[in-house]
Amino acid sequence: MALLELIDVSVHYGSIRAVHGISITVEEAEIVTLIGANGAGKSTTMRAVSGIRPLSSGKILFDGQDITKLRADLRVVRGISQAPEGRGVFPGMTVMENLDMGAFTRKDKKGIAADRDRVFDLFPRLAERRTQVGGTMSGGEQQMLAIGRALMANPRVLLLDEPSMGLAPQFIQQIFKIITEINKQGTTVLLVEQNAQQALSRAHRAYVLETGTITREGTGKELLSDESVKAAYLGVT
Amino acid sequence: MHHLITYLADAPWITFNTGAFSDQFWASTFDGLTYGSIYALVAMGYTLVYGVLQLINFAHSEVFIVGVYATVFALNAMGFGPSPVYPPMVVLIIDLLVAMVAAMIASGLTALILERVAYRPLRKRNAPRLVFLITAIGASFTIQYLIFVWRGGSNAEPATIMFVPDPVFEVFSTIIDSQQLTIFIAAIVLMVVTDQFINRTKFGRGIRAVAQDPDTATLMGVNKERVIMLTFVIGGVLAGAAALFYLMKVPQGASFNGGFVLGIKAFAAAVLGGIGNIRGALLGGLLLGVVSNYGVTLLGNSSWTDVVAFVVLVVVLMVRPTGLLGESLGKARV
Ligand SMILES: Nc1ncnc2c1ncn2[C@@H]1O[C@H](COP(=O)(O)OP(=O)(O)OP(=O)(O)O)[C@@H](O)[C@H]1O
Ligand SMILES: [Mg+2]
Repeated sequence: MALLELIDVSVHYGSIRAVHGISITVEEAEIVTLIGANGAGKSTTMRAVSGIRPLSSGKILFDGQDITKLRADLRVVRGISQAPEGRGVFPGMTVMENLDMGAFTRKDKKGIAADRDRVFDLFPRLAERRTQVGGTMSGGEQQMLAIGRALMANPRVLLLDEPSMGLAPQFIQQIFKIITEINKQGTTVLLVEQNAQQALSRAHRAYVLETGTITREGTGKELLSDESVKAAYLGVT
Repeated sequence: MHHLITYLADAPWITFNTGAFSDQFWASTFDGLTYGSIYALVAMGYTLVYGVLQLINFAHSEVFIVGVYATVFALNAMGFGPSPVYPPMVVLIIDLLVAMVAAMIASGLTALILERVAYRPLRKRNAPRLVFLITAIGASFTIQYLIFVWRGGSNAEPATIMFVPDPVFEVFSTIIDSQQLTIFIAAIVLMVVTDQFINRTKFGRGIRAVAQDPDTATLMGVNKERVIMLTFVIGGVLAGAAALFYLMKVPQGASFNGGFVLGIKAFAAAVLGGIGNIRGALLGGLLLGVVSNYGVTLLGNSSWTDVVAFVVLVVVLMVRPTGLLGESLGKARV
C-alpha cells in the first residue's frame, strides 16, 4: 500500500484551474519528485496535500485512509509536514522558536529533543544560530531552517517545495545531499523542483507536470534520459 | 504658520494656564497614568485582533461597554449603589474580584459571539478587507442599539460607587490614592501576564505564528480558527477588566454609547504604540492618558482632552508612521 496517493485530483483558484485530474503515488521510503515549469501547479499540489487548499474533485489517501476532508492541522498530526515554497520562516521568531513551531502538535518531550539533535546534526549552522531571529538569516540558512522545522514534526512524509530556489550552486549541492541523507534515515520525501537535473538524479521516481496535468512519469533515471524531458527541463537540445 | 500660532495664542477661547500646569504636574501625571492603564487594557484588544487578522475591530468598544454593564449589575446585586457602602476590606476585594470576573466573562463572550456571527462567515467567503471593516462598524452600532432598546433609552445607569479613594502615600508632594493605585497595578499585572502568555507559552507562540504567516502556521499544525477565537477572547477579557476600572473612575459610565469615545482613544493608543504590538499598546495607552491630562491642566478645560490626545497622535505618526514601537505582534522581537 502506498503511503501517499493522489487520485484524480483537481484544484481551482476561483474559476482558474491550477491542477487538473492528476494522480501521484508515493511509496514508503521513496524520494518522489515533481518537476515542471513555472505555474505548472506544483505548489498547488503540495498545498492540496497539506490541506491548505481544498480539492475541487478527486481524493487523497494517506496510509490507506481518505484525508481529502481532513483539516490541515490534523494532517500534521498524521505525519504530513511541509517546508513551503519561499521557506515561510517566521521572521520574528528565533531559530529555536521556529524549530519548536515544527513540533507544535507533539507532546513527547524526549522525542522532540531527539529530533532537535537530529536537525542540528544535519544542519550544524542552525545549532550555531539558535538565538538568531529568522528574519535576519540568509536565504540558505532560512532554507535549512524551513527543512529542519518540517523535520521537527517527525513526519512520515516530508514535502519540500523548491528547496533549491535562490541558492548558490555549491549550496544547492549541499541541500540535495542532505535531502538524500534525510531519506536514508527513513523519511519519505515528496520533492518539488525546478532544478530537474539534481532532482531526477536523486529521486527514485518522478512525475512531470505541465499546466496542471501529468505528462510523464517514470524512475528518475528514465526521465533523465528522456529526450523531451531533456529538451524541456534539462537545457539539453 | 507663524501667524496661526500668534492668532491661536491671542485667541480669547484658548488660555494657557501654565501656573496650574506646573502646580498640578504630578497630579496630572498620576491621574493620567490611571486613565492610561484603562486605555491600554482596551487597546490590547484592538492590537491583538489586528495583529492576527489585520482587522480593525470597531465593535471592540461595545465589547468593552458590555463589560461595564456586567460590572454594574454584578455590583448592584452585591449591594453597591449610588452612595458608598463600606464593607470590610476583604469583602470589598472579593466583591470587586467577582465583579471583574463577571465583566471578563460578559466581554469575553461578546467578543467570541461577535467573531462567530460577524467575522467568521466573511472569512469563510474570503471577503475583502473593506467588507470586514463595514461589518465591524455595523456590529458596533448593532450592539449599541441592542443595549439602547434593552435599557429603554439613552439614559445612563445610576452611579455605582465601589469605594471612596483613600490617600495611600505621597510622591513629589502629590497624594496617590487607593483607586489610582489599584487601577494602575492591576492593569499592569494583567498586561504583563498577557505579554508573557503570548511570548512564553506554546499557545502564545501559535498566536504569533498565525500573526506572522497564517498559511505556514497551519502547516505547522496550528488550528488557525482556534487561535483567532482565543485572540478575540483574550481581548474581550482584558476589556472586561478595563470595564471595572473605568466604572471606578466614571461611576455613571454605563450608557449604550458610553464605549464609543473610550474605544476611539484606546484604538488611538494602539496606533500610537504601533498597532499589532502588545507592548506598544501599553506604552501608547499610558502616554495618551498622561498627555490628554496635561492638555486639560494646561488649557484649564476638560473639553480639550481629546483634541490634545489626537494632536499628539498625529504628530507622532508624522515622525513614526508605524507608531512608537512599530511592527506587528509577530514581527516585533521581544
Ligand atoms: N492564490 C492564487 N490565486 C489565483 N491563482 C493562483 C493562486 N496561486 C496559484 N495560482 C495559479 O495557479 C497556477 C499554478 O500555480 P502554482 O503556484 O501551483 O505553480 P508552480 O508550479 O508552483 O509554479 P512555480 O514553479 O512558479 O512555483 C498558476 O497559473 C498560478 O497563477
Ligand atoms: Mg511553486
